[in-house]
Amino acid sequence: MMQPARLAAYDLACRRGDRLLFRGVSFELHQGDALQLAGPNGIGKSSLMRILAGLLRSYNGHVEIDGSLALADERPALDPHRPLGEALAFWRAIDQAGEARADFGLEDLLDVPVRYLSTGQRKRAALARLAASGARIWLLDEPLNGLDTHWGAATQAAIEAHRALGGIAVIASHQPLQLQKLKKLALLEHLP
Amino acid sequence: MRALWTIFRRDLTLLLMGAPGRGGALLPLLFFLAVAMLYPFAVGPDAKLLARTGAGVIWVAALLAAILPLDRLVEPDLEAGFFDQWALRGIAEEGVLTLRIVAHWLSFGVPLMLAAPLAAGLLNLDGAHLWTVEVGLLLGTPGLAAIGVTIAALTAGLRAGAALGGLLAIPLAVPLLIFGAGSLQPGGEGGLLLLAASSLAALAIAPFAAAGAIRAGRE
Repeated sequence: MMQPARLAAYDLACRRGDRLLFRGVSFELHQGDALQLAGPNGIGKSSLMRILAGLLRSYNGHVEIDGSLALADERPALDPHRPLGEALAFWRAIDQAGEARADFGLEDLLDVPVRYLSTGQRKRAALARLAASGARIWLLDEPLNGLDTHWGAATQAAIEAHRALGGIAVIASHQPLQLQKLKKLALLEHLP
Repeated sequence: MRALWTIFRRDLTLLLMGAPGRGGALLPLLFFLAVAMLYPFAVGPDAKLLARTGAGVIWVAALLAAILPLDRLVEPDLEAGFFDQWALRGIAEEGVLTLRIVAHWLSFGVPLMLAAPLAAGLLNLDGAHLWTVEVGLLLGTPGLAAIGVTIAALTAGLRAGAALGGLLAIPLAVPLLIFGAGSLQPGGEGGLLLLAASSLAALAIAPFAAAGAIRAGRE
């Protein structure tokens, strides 16, 4: 079991340029919780993820984090020319992490340079890195994009296993998720 | 510290060995030697003229060689999400970029110093001048590396960022060029001290300016 984790947001609002993306976003997540952020394209799901990750600082409201964070978004942060095994080993050395607990079926791909991997395979590699990082709070931006049914289900199983160990997951996805006791937060379109 | 060491080793490998489509340390080196080789063809075999102007040519070639790898110093890592992942782990951009300046210097400054005797031969520089050129390169190329990484961070993600980076880096490197080439003139010994001062100033500012550019780019 991991250390207790907590992630809370109070009255978050974000403006990009002169467009208000969202406002009044509040939630509180404790260990074992999962939250799905839903809403149409361009509503600000990724921006909200980046605010929670501490990468986007121009927002109103308040975020409280207790526990280490890991983010998997559309950019896998893997050297394109390196074999996948080496690219993942780089992050393992930084995170001082072990092998991923979850199986993302990468064993046969470890010698393949990252640039030759498909979108779905890169996504699985990014998820494997996230799972191996040991972070207590997972931020997943469209984790099922590019994944087939089998690996989509495996990803959700990995999220459930993470929650069972006391982790938290925030998932931005417009696809339906088959997770137990999933909380949902729909971001709504605002008039400018 | 361990994480920074891991990142540094990766940076150095990438910059020295290169990667498909990313070039390596050989590219600036060959460019530097090509300029030194072409110059006598262009101005003719006047040994006195070559000796008088050769050191200046070495400095211009060094500046241009430092600019060559600009587009692969920051842009690919920013594009691939590395900087965001490091920030999430609490690894400060300043630390990463300081090490990147060191790696960039090791991959172009040191090879240039090693190639300088060959260039000096092509340009008919004598031993004393070569020695001054070597000391000048030792003092000046770290400053060029610092300017290069700063400009690379400022222009990463911009359209035509590589071309813009070259244009921005050249005026910033003018003091280094003037003091470096000036140190070879009679009575120009003070040039080396001014070169070292300019280099140190660039090194002191660069990690913070480059880190600020990366963070501002996220907003």
